[in-house]
Amino acid sequence: MPEETPQDLTPAPGTRPDPRGGSGPTPLHPEPGTVDWKAVAQMPEFQALVRAKFRFIVPATLFFILYYFALPVLVGYFPELMSRPVLGPVNGAYLFALSQFFMAWILAALYVKVSGKFDRQAREIRQKVLGAKGEHR
Amino acid sequence: MTISLIMFLVFVAVTLGITYWSAGRSQGSAAFFTANRSITGWQNGLAVAGDYMSAASFLGIAGMIAFYGYDGFMYSVGFLVAYLTVLLLVAEPLRNAGKYTMADVLAYRLEPRPVRAMAALSTLTVSTFYMIAQMVGAGALVSLLLPGVPFYVAVIGVGAIMIVYVVFGGMLATTWVQIIKAVLLMSGTFLLSVFVLAHFGFDLGRFFRAVTHVSSHNHGVEVVRNFLQPGLKYGPPYGALDLISLGVALLLGTAGLPHILVRFYTVPDARTARVSVVWAMVIIGLFYIMTTFLGYGAATIVGQDYIKVHGGTNMSAPLLAQVLGGEIFFAFISAVAFATILAVVAGLTISASTSFAHDFYTNVIHHGRETNPGEEVRVARITAFVVGAVSMGIAIYLGQGVNVAFLVGLAFAVAASANLPAILFSIYWRRFNTSGALWGMGAGLVSSIVLVCLSPSVMGAKALFPLENPALVSVPIGFLASWIGTLLGKPHGRKDQFDEMHVRAHTGLGAEKAGGH
Repeated sequence: MPEETPQDLTPAPGTRPDPRGGSGPTPLHPEPGTVDWKAVAQMPEFQALVRAKFRFIVPATLFFILYYFALPVLVGYFPELMSRPVLGPVNGAYLFALSQFFMAWILAALYVKVSGKFDRQAREIRQKVLGAKGEHR
Repeated sequence: MTISLIMFLVFVAVTLGITYWSAGRSQGSAAFFTANRSITGWQNGLAVAGDYMSAASFLGIAGMIAFYGYDGFMYSVGFLVAYLTVLLLVAEPLRNAGKYTMADVLAYRLEPRPVRAMAALSTLTVSTFYMIAQMVGAGALVSLLLPGVPFYVAVIGVGAIMIVYVVFGGMLATTWVQIIKAVLLMSGTFLLSVFVLAHFGFDLGRFFRAVTHVSSHNHGVEVVRNFLQPGLKYGPPYGALDLISLGVALLLGTAGLPHILVRFYTVPDARTARVSVVWAMVIIGLFYIMTTFLGYGAATIVGQDYIKVHGGTNMSAPLLAQVLGGEIFFAFISAVAFATILAVVAGLTISASTSFAHDFYTNVIHHGRETNPGEEVRVARITAFVVGAVSMGIAIYLGQGVNVAFLVGLAFAVAASANLPAILFSIYWRRFNTSGALWGMGAGLVSSIVLVCLSPSVMGAKALFPLENPALVSVPIGFLASWIGTLLGKPHGRKDQFDEMHVRAHTGLGAEKAGGH
């Protein structure tokens, strides 16, 4: 599909379809092809942003996957242990299941807290890239 | 019964009014497919929740807990925790890099036509299975509430209303239908939970003590069981593996459900997408915690014996309402259940028709160019009509005897095995290429369907594959096939295409803006 992946990185606006497909006037900002993506990808600010994001997302993802699958594993393979009443009549299986809800909410809240910083970093990068091109947001 | 009919008709009238209002605002692709990306965070959060809490949740999980206790609650847990996958890995990059559909993200740096064709196929598969399940549920509910109305009339009625929402109102109307439905469902569930607690004198200890001694009759012999104990549904020898497999399907399938993913295109930016996931998690989490009271309430207050002869497991929640709150409350809860089904079906239809019109018609057949203005939306409207008609036909053909849970389980398994590997790899893996995407989606789609066909859900006791849910096997197959396909295939396109995707996904540079037309 050569016409959809031109080698020329700066075609006149509108000469190729939006790479995400679609039609009509493309509300892209900036115009496709006016950003040197490779250069942005190598900006220290961008690399810092990606590193910061992954530093949160990777451990958080590993944690919730482990915490979640601990439930079916414990409940499935150690039903007697999990059936012991812990809090009045309520057993460990139910309490652990209930704790998953709070785990999910707390993790989401933590993510929202750190992502404010990611938003600021992303905005600075956008301003730097677009500003260098003399464009205004 | 007439009260519930009136309440249901009021809901339909209000939502049709919204459809009429939004019809004038749904001209042009961005307006029709994404409501001009003008939906706010809490609105979209409610709509995501509305799209997600289907009849399977409200009727199905309540029934499952009422009959199998703790094991039913495992669904509730998985349905919420799954949103962490959406929140942390998928929502924001998807919003930043895509336009109308999940395939936009894949087509970014892969060969667009084959990848879109494959993605449209898996989207239509997931949506159709999901939709048939909802239609069968709706038909069964109607024929229980209004005994004179035959199953096929109920299915056609639901299908027709849903087609009107989507064809005339587009994404804006569909979103508002979801919001109203989510509010109704939450209030109904909350009221029902309060009634259950009131029954036990607002004493949680008394409530849970009752749950540990649930009595039912099996061939005239009384059986008393502890419903907080795991294993009543998923017992040995394969129960533990089935629970894990279910967990895989829920945790990874949600982030691959097309009707959930398209919702993130209706908001102005990635930050709002994140906010909407968090709103959705609050609502969905509260709802699923309350399924404790719905399900265990039905088990202890109504009792399995009564539910079995009054409509079966799926009627647990409405029957609980009838016992605790009388006819009017029963009518309200039934109307809420209808509204739930109607809204979910509308959400499914719009995602299926968007995918067909945008991915297949415009981009595969017409190489990404719209030949006539407005054509993409016209095709989507026609598709909505066709998809609706086809699933009505299949639902009527299968009849109300079909196992609804297995259809929904299949939808989640296909989404987890076919869609998620492709989405994750194309966002996060530089080497990923076209053949990897095609192999992964193809293998995930085929393996999950084949394994379900060989499972006890379809083959009963003679099943060749012992697990009800195929995800434990089909998800690794999907990921593995994507990886092998990538190693065997050739890279496609410009060298900096991953850089472009990467920069767009994480900074929002060049993301689709609100407004548009």
